[in-house]
Amino acid sequence: MEHRRSAALRRGRSGAVAARRLRSLLAADQSGFPPETLEMLKNDMCRVISRYLDVDAAQMEVRIRRQGRPAMTGGDESDCFPALCTVIPVKDFRLKGTF
Amino acid sequence: MSEVIVVTSGKGGVGKTTASANIGTGLAILGRRTVMIDTDIGLRNLDVVMGLENRIVYNLVDVVEGNCRMKQALIRDKRYPNLYLLPSAQTRDKSSVNPEQMRKLVEDLQDDFDYILLDCPAGIEQGFKNAVAGAGRALVVTTPEVSAIRDADRIIGLLETGQMKSIHLIVNRVRQDMVRRGDMMSVDDVMDILAVPLIGAIPDDEAIVISTNQGEPLAGTDTPSGQAFLDICRRLLGEDVPLALPNISYGLFGRLTSLLRRA
Repeated sequence: MEHRRSAALRRGRSGAVAARRLRSLLAADQSGFPPETLEMLKNDMCRVISRYLDVDAAQMEVRIRRQGRPAMTGGDESDCFPALCTVIPVKDFRLKGTF
Repeated sequence: MSEVIVVTSGKGGVGKTTASANIGTGLAILGRRTVMIDTDIGLRNLDVVMGLENRIVYNLVDVVEGNCRMKQALIRDKRYPNLYLLPSAQTRDKSSVNPEQMRKLVEDLQDDFDYILLDCPAGIEQGFKNAVAGAGRALVVTTPEVSAIRDADRIIGLLETGQMKSIHLIVNRVRQDMVRRGDMMSVDDVMDILAVPLIGAIPDDEAIVISTNQGEPLAGTDTPSGQAFLDICRRLLGEDVPLALPNISYGLFGRLTSLLRRA
């Protein structure tokens, strides 16, 4: 039987993976924005941008992130807002020509 | 007036009770009159971790319901002159007590103690609400794991909504060897994600298991975790103690390397 090796292959950076997953998980928890809706938003964004540029849909990321916690940093509410962060890898920056 | 501290976490099994036992013991060692209250009704454990399970006559619910006086229910720990335990009830459930009664219970202890330490049950329901009701300060215990940190974040949110005046983080079971090779979130990562000030980090230490087996808390002993817990107590008293995470060697290979390094 073939053993599963994927976890072992990624040894040495799982701590960073955990931190990255947690950041978006907590932001999503706190915003109350449903993950399914976020996925739909991502697909829609992908479709719109694809009209102009050749993007790598599989690598595209859309996450809710936030900065700071107002009660702890002593700042006011405006210091801490959730933001929609996207990473959209572009395969080809030449305009597609037809919009 | 005493300081009332709740030890909480959201997730179970991250070391709330161990932390409560050791912080209580540490505060007593540092000369503070301390009472630990086990608020986990139905699943009491602080008594076993402290090794006081054979001395229980009355419990928290008995005091609340007026079946006994507070003095009758408090167990004095003979090993530390300043340390007392109010055990929880094992055969009742969380609904036997309400937050108002907990607030009153804590108030009744204020004159006799410097520190009142509440060991909170896991979860965010009635037991949690009871435990935090009388507290002015919260210590949130977490481990550097995704599930524990997510639950800690939820708890911190609830504590903030409930106007908890002071919230600090304890990161438990840190393995510096794994952090170094990138396979565990560092204490800094956890602090950064949760955005709450740190009061201490406890190394993953097999001495904890041994101490729990024997019912003897190890705060203040010559072990990495024992020192880390005593450091937390000093910080609670307002001392400025630098954070130190010792390099513990795990497994046969790690131990051999550290032996060689020492030689």
